[in-house]
Amino acid sequence: MLNNLDFSVIPLALPAIGKGLLFSLQLTIVAMIGGVILGTLLALARLSGGKWLAGAAKVYVDLMRSIPLLMMILWFFFLIPLLTGRPVGQENSAMITFTLFQAAFYSEIMRAGIQSIPRGQVNAALAIGMTYWQSMGHVVLPQAFRNMVPVLLTQTFILFQDTSLVYAIGATDMLKAAENAGMLYGRTVEMYLFVSVIYFAICFSLSMFVKYMNKRIAIIR
Amino acid sequence: MKKLHALLALSVACSVGAASAQQLEGTLKKVADAKAITLGIRESSFPLSYLDASQKPIGYHIDICNAVANAVKAKLKLASLDVKTQAVTSQNRIPLIVNGTVDLECGSTTNNLDRQKQVAFAPTTFVTNVRMAVKKASGVTDLDQLDGKPLATTTGTTSVQLVRASEKGKNLNFKEVYGKDHADSFLMLETDRAVGFVMDDNLLAGLIANSKAPDAYAIVGPALSVEPIAIMLRKDDPQFKAIVDDTVKGLAKSGELTKLYHKWFESPIPPKGINLKFAMSDELKKLVATPNDNPAESFKK
Amino acid sequence: MNYHWNWDIFFQTIPSGDETYLMWVIHGLGWTVAISLAAWVIALVLGSLAGILRTVPNRRIAMIGDVWVEFFRNVPLLMQLFLWFFVVPELLPRDLSLWVKQDMPAKEFITAVLALGLFTSARVAEQVRAGIQALPRGQRNAGLALGFTQAQTYRYVLLPMAFRIIIPPLTSEFMNAFKNSGVAYAVGVWELVFVSRQMVEETGGQVIESLLVPTVLYIVCAYAANRIMAVVERRSHVPGFIVAK
Repeated sequence: MLNNLDFSVIPLALPAIGKGLLFSLQLTIVAMIGGVILGTLLALARLSGGKWLAGAAKVYVDLMRSIPLLMMILWFFFLIPLLTGRPVGQENSAMITFTLFQAAFYSEIMRAGIQSIPRGQVNAALAIGMTYWQSMGHVVLPQAFRNMVPVLLTQTFILFQDTSLVYAIGATDMLKAAENAGMLYGRTVEMYLFVSVIYFAICFSLSMFVKYMNKRIAIIR
Repeated sequence: MKKLHALLALSVACSVGAASAQQLEGTLKKVADAKAITLGIRESSFPLSYLDASQKPIGYHIDICNAVANAVKAKLKLASLDVKTQAVTSQNRIPLIVNGTVDLECGSTTNNLDRQKQVAFAPTTFVTNVRMAVKKASGVTDLDQLDGKPLATTTGTTSVQLVRASEKGKNLNFKEVYGKDHADSFLMLETDRAVGFVMDDNLLAGLIANSKAPDAYAIVGPALSVEPIAIMLRKDDPQFKAIVDDTVKGLAKSGELTKLYHKWFESPIPPKGINLKFAMSDELKKLVATPNDNPAESFKK
Repeated sequence: MNYHWNWDIFFQTIPSGDETYLMWVIHGLGWTVAISLAAWVIALVLGSLAGILRTVPNRRIAMIGDVWVEFFRNVPLLMQLFLWFFVVPELLPRDLSLWVKQDMPAKEFITAVLALGLFTSARVAEQVRAGIQALPRGQRNAGLALGFTQAQTYRYVLLPMAFRIIIPPLTSEFMNAFKNSGVAYAVGVWELVFVSRQMVEETGGQVIESLLVPTVLYIVCAYAANRIMAVVERRSHVPGFIVAK
């Protein structure tokens, strides 16, 4: 069968696959930005010392981290409209799910980042009259964030790969678009091979970039 | 149930007469408020509902649903009605109807009693026979010949149970393989992972027509099941149900439905201009003459 | 929330026979656990090997480890699964190919385990390499100075400490193996996601019940994996070095 592979359908399928890729990237970027913000807040909540706040954040993070993303995608898709009484569409549903889900992972990274900053710096900040939140915002977080950039990026590229799971709710990411095209033209194997190459190219470049960042940060230290 | 029927009859009567004077409720109210209606579409249910080359949903059921949308627009006297589409899958179509994400599901849903507990159906617009696609070269003509052989079907479809039931009934033992969607199941047949693929015959015809070598495949064997396929809507929504019913019955009566059938099943269709050459079944001809929304159970003798 | 609850579906018999959906769920759990554990064994063995290769002084050999990791971690798991299932068998000689596709016992299971195992091995390799590199450089030199060969240095000096250091990240990867096993339904393994999707379809849309039970079982699995690794961590902990929580 491989000797009669026919890649001539790829140009025909390219617009649809491009559109799918755009959605995969959009989903990744939205979930990354939203997830890092929410994740940082969760990390701060866990380190705040407030019993209830820290406890709630811990439960949230642990729960999200022990449920498969595939199940989470299905849950949110069915539950959001049931709870809000308003349909949100599969694309929006995917973005909400990914943001809330990734926040748990980003929060663990940020927590590690915050804890890597010597305690003395917080004390120093408090000593010069900053409030707790000021010391976090001006002293701790900028450094924590910087230290954790490579790890955050690594998590993001896992996130990008995970966007392939949204087919479960009928959102059209790159893989789904390729499958649709494959079905339309009777060329599923060619489409699978083609998008594998695209995924590899994107993820490989990203992982090279992470390596480069790692080196740069190592020099700064 | 009786009460419901009475209510239905009443509302149909109302909708004929003083409809506009009546308070809007259910889906009609929702549509009137939002000036939008959402159609649930399938991405690969040839040729009932699928995506063309530019990812736009088209198909036999899409045309019928658009006719319903026009009827709703006329009834509500709206200057404009935004017709939105939302892709659904066989797993989420019922929940999405129930929770209001979509107002009309225009895919390929079997009308059966189990589903009628949660949703309602328009009069049947298509009848499918669950049969088997094979490679002609294999010489297989019946399910009986597949004892001990791999047989494909798609996860999350009623065919999974039909295959298991026929195994039990005939004391056969297939090696069932499951594709996550029809394209994967067909790929299993194409790559010899499976010797047969059991599915709705219209879907099989579409997959075969779109394949690399359409002449290499055949649809064989007796029907494992005869199923009425219908457009799905929310339950207990008499006003909307009346419009949907009237529209579909109107299309059937005017001959428009037969024309649409011809357009999608017996003429070249996008994207590749293939012709399914899928003549209208006797069951469907009967239903066009006397439209009804009886469930699959009433088709079993 | 106008949802029509029906927990009885689990005790309902399936349309084609005498089993109940509850038995399906138990069956599904069995496959989920089997896939995850088998894949984890593959991931640990091959991942450790690849991770070690990446740290050896010989650049050429280290390259093999690098290529392994880049190859298996840069393509989504679902995609890799399709490649193993639909594309790789076509590369085999015709008779063998046909055997793999039709007669090989538990073929979907084996494909899923292979795909998940290799995907996870790339991540394990990353952790193993990080663990080895986290050790002070002097340890390797000390081992060599004592007259150990390169292999002995790894066996007796580097690896015992490196593996202890990376138990926490390995715990996450072990939990991930369970969570990621759900993609196996895409090639038709009768595991929890498969059962859950089939139930949603066959019960006429009892989504919450059909999703909730498998979800809880996944949480239980992930928690069990976590506890097993915690025991390993406690048992293997070297006094005065790495403190187990």
